[in-house]
Amino acid sequence: MRFMVIVKASKSSEAGELPSKQLLADMGKFNEEMMQAGVLLAGEGLQPSSKGARVKFAAGKRPMVVDGPFAETKELVAGFWLIQVKSKEEAIEWMKRCPAPMGPGQDAEIEIRQVFEAEDFPSEIFPPEAAAREQEMRDELQKKAAKR
Amino acid sequence: MTAPESHRAIEAVFRIESARLIAGLARIVRDVGVAEELAQDALVAALEQWPESGVPDKPGAWLMATAKHRAIDHLRRSKRLERKHEELGRELDVQRERAVPDHDAAFDDDVGDDLLRLILTACHPVLPTEGRVALTLRLLGGLTTEEIARAFLVPAPTIAQRIVRAKRTLAEKRVPFEVPRGAEREARLSSVLEVLYLVFNEGYAATAGDDWMRPALCEDALHLSRILAMLAPKEPEVHGLVALMEIQASRARARLGPGGEPVLLLEQDRGRWDQLLIRRGLAALQRAEKLGGAEGPYALQAAIAACHARARTPEATDWVRIAALYERLAAITPSPVVELNRAVAVAMAFGPAAGLEIVEALTAEPALENYYLLPSVRGDLLAKLGRSAEARTEFERAAGLTRNGRERALLLGRAATCARQAAAPEPR
Repeated sequence: MRFMVIVKASKSSEAGELPSKQLLADMGKFNEEMMQAGVLLAGEGLQPSSKGARVKFAAGKRPMVVDGPFAETKELVAGFWLIQVKSKEEAIEWMKRCPAPMGPGQDAEIEIRQVFEAEDFPSEIFPPEAAAREQEMRDELQKKAAKR
Repeated sequence: MTAPESHRAIEAVFRIESARLIAGLARIVRDVGVAEELAQDALVAALEQWPESGVPDKPGAWLMATAKHRAIDHLRRSKRLERKHEELGRELDVQRERAVPDHDAAFDDDVGDDLLRLILTACHPVLPTEGRVALTLRLLGGLTTEEIARAFLVPAPTIAQRIVRAKRTLAEKRVPFEVPRGAEREARLSSVLEVLYLVFNEGYAATAGDDWMRPALCEDALHLSRILAMLAPKEPEVHGLVALMEIQASRARARLGPGGEPVLLLEQDRGRWDQLLIRRGLAALQRAEKLGGAEGPYALQAAIAACHARARTPEATDWVRIAALYERLAAITPSPVVELNRAVAVAMAFGPAAGLEIVEALTAEPALENYYLLPSVRGDLLAKLGRSAEARTEFERAAGLTRNGRERALLLGRAATCARQAAAPEPR
């Protein structure tokens, strides 16, 4: 299963401060470790929200664009990884090994979210009635084939 | 932390650490089976102690230290301590250094070598294929016997027995725990690639059972191949295999129809192809080609898969290039199956009659006698040429030959369509 691991923003990341040499090296090492283990699929760091925008959808209205920066710093995303592991616990174990993402001594938060897989919502896309009809058709074909 | 939660956390740690643990231990005790038992003992110790003490800061180092103490006991018992004493002293020095982050890099190289030795040993040609598969998933993939059994639809005791036998064979034949050089290294590596691709294929197009795909097996094979690419980064064919698997896996979502039936490549909704995996696959293929491996069998197959991945619509597929790639593939690995695939590509590039010509030449091939894809392809080309009655017979023959329930239904469906067309030919 896949997890998106979200690194939350901080004052310094929102101020556009670049990570220290040491932090970059530590992160590089951690990324390397996840690659060696065949776990890391993708990952990026994001520019501060001042360079971004939001498109808001209100009922019955046309989409409205709001330019960054945005106030709620701790809820913003500063970077992400996409990892492939066997369980949520494994994802957690990996992230406990991550160097403090905003640097040593800085508060930071990492959020771990599971990615939907195709098999997570078959019954919504494929209502059970449709699946049953399919099965009937298939059984019918099998019967016909058996008669020959 | 509640007790069951910490139990799951410990299992997660073990899944991350077990391959490195076993690999490091195998270098000391020179026996993969003993190494795995020692690793299991360390896990049991963790399960006893961690719920009380909490998971240590460096759980991998803790497990390794615990297991190495047991390894010393083991060697002492087997009275080989004298000979091994010096070597062990070195091991423990390295272990102590591991606790200091600055020395991690040096140790990681060793770990990489150990892991490579481990995967080469697990896939050793002295073992039967099913033994190699079970041992690789167990030792490198960290899968439990039950998980492997479920994946292969085989009773757990059967898998357990395969693993026990494989370990015993490795010990009896005194298979050295090493990375061989030169031609032998090539041969051993290709045995690993073969095992990984076999696991992938069993997940991608299940040969038995009712499910058309078993994605967990694909994930396990891809996971191990990605690790192998990091362990042997200069081997073009390893990247070729990774590329092939990434691109094939990118289509997994689109290959299943609403009722779980297979959807053929050209009928798939390409919007559901996983672009991340395609990008990773194309990058891996580029690495293989840069290393001079463009003509390797896996790289060629990946190049073919890449042709499909790059085409936004089925009509945009570069069939001429695919037919040429199959020809190159057939030149290095001549096989009737490759030839059959070439026939399909030629038919798409130059018309069904040209493809059928190649297929007809294959009907006398004994290796394809019971291969359902031969009548299936033949049926498809005949249908395209408007020869519905003949096509129907071929599809029915193919349906009788496949062991996969989903595939059979698909083929019978096509036979029925041909039967209707033969009875009342529709304008085409």
